Amino acid sequence: MTPAGLEISGGETVLFWVIAPLMVLAALGLLFVKRAVHAAMCLVFVMVSMAILYIAQEAPFLGVVQVVVYTGAVMMLFLFVLMLVGVDASDSLTETIRGQRWIGLLIGIGLAIVLGGVVGRAAFPPAVGLNGGDPGGVANPQGLARVLFADYVLAMEAVGVLLVTAAVGALVLTHRRRLTPKQDQRAVADARIRALPDGVVLTPLPSPGVYATSNAMDTPALGPDGEQVPQSVSRVLRIRGQEKAAPHAPGTELVETQAQVGGSRSTGTREGEA
Amino acid sequence: MNPVLLAEAAPGVAADFSQETIWASIVKAVLIVVFLLTSVLFAIWFERKVVARMQVRPGPNWHGPAGLLQSLADAMKLLLKEDMTVTRADRFVYLLAPMISVFCSLLVFAVIPFGPSLPFPWTDWTTPAQLTDFPVAVLYVLAAASLGVYGIVLGGWASGSTYPLLGSVRSTAQVISYELAMGLSLVSVFIMAGSMSTSQIVSSQTQIWWFIPLAPAFVIYVISMIGETNRLPFDLPEAEGELVSGYMTEYSSMKFAWFFLAEYINMLNVSAVCVTLFLGGWRAPVPDGFLGGALNEGWLPIIWFLVKLWAVMFFFVWVRGTLLRLRYDQFMVFGWKVLIPVALAWVVVLAVVQWLQRVQGMSFQQFVPVIIGVAVVFIAVMWFWPDKKAAPPGDGADKEPVDAFAGGFPVPPLPGEKLPPSKRFGKEVHGE
Repeated sequence: MTPAGLEISGGETVLFWVIAPLMVLAALGLLFVKRAVHAAMCLVFVMVSMAILYIAQEAPFLGVVQVVVYTGAVMMLFLFVLMLVGVDASDSLTETIRGQRWIGLLIGIGLAIVLGGVVGRAAFPPAVGLNGGDPGGVANPQGLARVLFADYVLAMEAVGVLLVTAAVGALVLTHRRRLTPKQDQRAVADARIRALPDGVVLTPLPSPGVYATSNAMDTPALGPDGEQVPQSVSRVLRIRGQEKAAPHAPGTELVETQAQVGGSRSTGTREGEA
Repeated sequence: MNPVLLAEAAPGVAADFSQETIWASIVKAVLIVVFLLTSVLFAIWFERKVVARMQVRPGPNWHGPAGLLQSLADAMKLLLKEDMTVTRADRFVYLLAPMISVFCSLLVFAVIPFGPSLPFPWTDWTTPAQLTDFPVAVLYVLAAASLGVYGIVLGGWASGSTYPLLGSVRSTAQVISYELAMGLSLVSVFIMAGSMSTSQIVSSQTQIWWFIPLAPAFVIYVISMIGETNRLPFDLPEAEGELVSGYMTEYSSMKFAWFFLAEYINMLNVSAVCVTLFLGGWRAPVPDGFLGGALNEGWLPIIWFLVKLWAVMFFFVWVRGTLLRLRYDQFMVFGWKVLIPVALAWVVVLAVVQWLQRVQGMSFQQFVPVIIGVAVVFIAVMWFWPDKKAAPPGDGADKEPVDAFAGGFPVPPLPGEKLPPSKRFGKEVHGE
């Protein structure tokens, strides 16, 4: 590692000129795309490209942490909310504050002028690299840890306390007192057993009938006695009057015939007896 | 030499990349991709065969010897299927999502060491058996994993249908919660090894593999790695019984195959990280110095690495064949109320022990009494801690009516409380 006057390698220059225009395009996309999720993706692209540039500039820790924290956690939480908006939704373009666009434009132009002035007047010293003249270096994790947890330990702790307070505050604000005891699996099971005399069944309800001519949800099943089972059709369909009658059930006839012949109402194996 | 990313051997990295040419890097990258793709074909066969044996059935045994070509046939079938795009899909993102998944899953193996320096016969040229390494290589693995989730999330969203959306919402929550636990369990390895570079972590395990002294962190890592790869019992984003297949419901043909590929490569990824960080990496399972270290030199370590990798993969399949899927709320409660606090507490304990050992210079014998004392106090406190009083049963039917105006302004009754009968109400009903 040369201490001073570090040459920027050809590879790095190529990398910069490939990634930088794409980043600018993605950043513009962030402003102009219609859908919120597309905008979020543009932002993700900018973040990842920026991480690549960080790594190219000898700051691998910064680059990787940029991806882990911002892209992996913060942006993911944003996306989590945006996704629930749905695939067809696009932003409404009505102004909620009067003159919003003009104020925004004015401030934007002002910011651009300030930034342009600063960047245009800056004089860059020759590149020395992050580790130039500093053997420990802040680029590697050990050096960074030494800076953060030795030189700035008070500031770090203060920020940590602030963040924890904010998190606890969010929990407190959204906390609701539990008014009824928690229903666990055991309690639910016991409640169902206790409700047995009121006509609650423990098993799943019987499924609708499957016949050679129909197997739709609106056709009731036949019980072993040949009667239609009303629970096998959804209550909604029955109330709407969309329930069909079960098709002609040959089994019932057979049983009756046997009853006439043999006098015994056996409902067992029909084929065997017929 | 790769001019941009790795100008010199970085500090804190054991592998020596000083002889590396760009051609060697390209060859290694291609070899890694080939290794991953063939491993996926093998892994699918392996999983089906092992699960079948566990369920007392033969499994695939028709195509090729012992059914080995079954996954090849399946891949061909997938390629030839009709490639559908649902009408309500967001076409660009719908196509992009599986690509993100596969791309990010291919990134991880770049920093996994397959072995130490490989000597090439008849030359004096050696090269590390890994593509690259840098001081924050393990964080890079985490970054690649967290980017890969975008594939799942965007795929579920772009399908424009309910089940995929539910799957991707679940996946987001799952990954955010389980990555925290995973990161915390990795921190203890960083503390012990004093480095985040994979080759340095492997070379720090000459005396003992980290899964023994760091057993709690190892258990947490294994649990969260299963959660991270959406495998049973944590396959909630694609639960067949609840969400059809979650985020990939609307995908077919090659796009579906990409998701499938990414899932299996991710299994290999987390297994390889587990081997590298906890199971000694490419080190032979013998004491240090056995046979003069001959088992840890040359090309042999690659065999050890692969054996360990497939042992972890076997564990994956074993878990799948044994455990049932968790309910979603149980899963989240487990992640946030058990895994993360335990991982945090373990990191604190480990940091204190390391501080006592390294900074205070206490020997292990000296602070064993301290550990026992703390444990005794903790157990005693837990023992005498008063139990939470259970809420008194009863639905409040026999209670006195409450005075709603007791606090000066009217409040609604709590569940179980009864208001006194309203006088006005009675008048209206009886029409007096």
